Amino acid sequence: MSATVNPPVVFTQDELGWVSWIEPLPEAELTERHYAGLVDRARAKSEYFRLLVRDPEVLEARTKTDKDIFYNVADGLPRAERELAAAATSRYNGCIYCASVHARFASTYSKRRDDVQRLLDEGVKADLGERWNAVVKASVALAATPIAFGPDNIEELRRAGLDDAEIVDVINGAAFFNWANRLMLSLGEPST
Amino acid sequence: MAPTDIIDTLAGIEPGSALDAIRARRIQARENAQKSYLSLFEPVDTGDFSLAERAAVAAFVTGLHGESPVATFYREKLAANADGARLLEAIDAEIARGRTSGPYGSYPAGPLSVENTAGLIYRVSAASKSALGIRLVAALEHAHLLVFRPRDAASADMKALLAAGWSDTGIVTFSQLVAFLSFQVRVVSGLRTLAAANA
Repeated sequence: MSATVNPPVVFTQDELGWVSWIEPLPEAELTERHYAGLVDRARAKSEYFRLLVRDPEVLEARTKTDKDIFYNVADGLPRAERELAAAATSRYNGCIYCASVHARFASTYSKRRDDVQRLLDEGVKADLGERWNAVVKASVALAATPIAFGPDNIEELRRAGLDDAEIVDVINGAAFFNWANRLMLSLGEPST
Repeated sequence: MAPTDIIDTLAGIEPGSALDAIRARRIQARENAQKSYLSLFEPVDTGDFSLAERAAVAAFVTGLHGESPVATFYREKLAANADGARLLEAIDAEIARGRTSGPYGSYPAGPLSVENTAGLIYRVSAASKSALGIRLVAALEHAHLLVFRPRDAASADMKALLAAGWSDTGIVTFSQLVAFLSFQVRVVSGLRTLAAANA
């Protein structure tokens, strides 16, 4: 790609760009099959989504999985804590781009911008209070390979007040970012 | 009868159970995790990434995560493939060589460099290379990078895949497959742990 890349060297809540290392589809070549894969037509403007739409079926299914895990808040975990799970997973895996987006969302929905920033600055061991600590620790245990998530994590989440439906939201949100991080980190790079 | 949901099957979630009811509250997520699986393993087009290659990469990726019902499932999928038995032997040998603990790797030079963590830089053994072929050798090395040290990924890694005969579209599907399995194996593990805590 021709754009000049200035890679960020710290975790940040600022808005970042993202530049692909391989060729996205040109907007002019998108067909209705591709637009179905994009789910939201406006995503045709994004280099990242025009790259992923090379496989429209898996992009469509992935996008719909993402939206339900994070946006369906009729019950279960508050949006802020789903975003916290995403940000913690991204911080641990080292995805500066994903961490920026989801730290920003976690701040917006929780109004705890300084705590979110401490997660970014100090890392996943930052002390954010019992409930957030439990969510971060569970997300990190799930992101480790081999997976380190165990009965202790469940117990800790319950002590922090989460019921089973909310614990499933932590599992889904953290697990999903092991998908997202690996795409963002391997197909291109963030730019300030 | 409803079609088999792979995550439910691998996590041992029975219809009518408490976890079945919880998963039903995220029906779009559940159905589209299943559709993701189907679009990767029963795709409309295999021109850029063959079914045998998909099964081999899946067995390798899930095997790197350790023994689990998910790893067994993908080993059996590979074994059922026409080319499977020959590939399975090489994949098993490479899983044994590639297992380690992650994530590790390096950040862009700067304040985060203090967090850089060294670890195995995996390369396919000389003995497995002829059984796997040039495309799968490149795929396994890249899959290992994505599983254990995704923050080390660089544009040069894309060039290595292209040089081994992977197309841009093939690379996208391959990346989705490795990344999707990283999700699927964790959902299954998380749900199994929660079910066991309730037993």
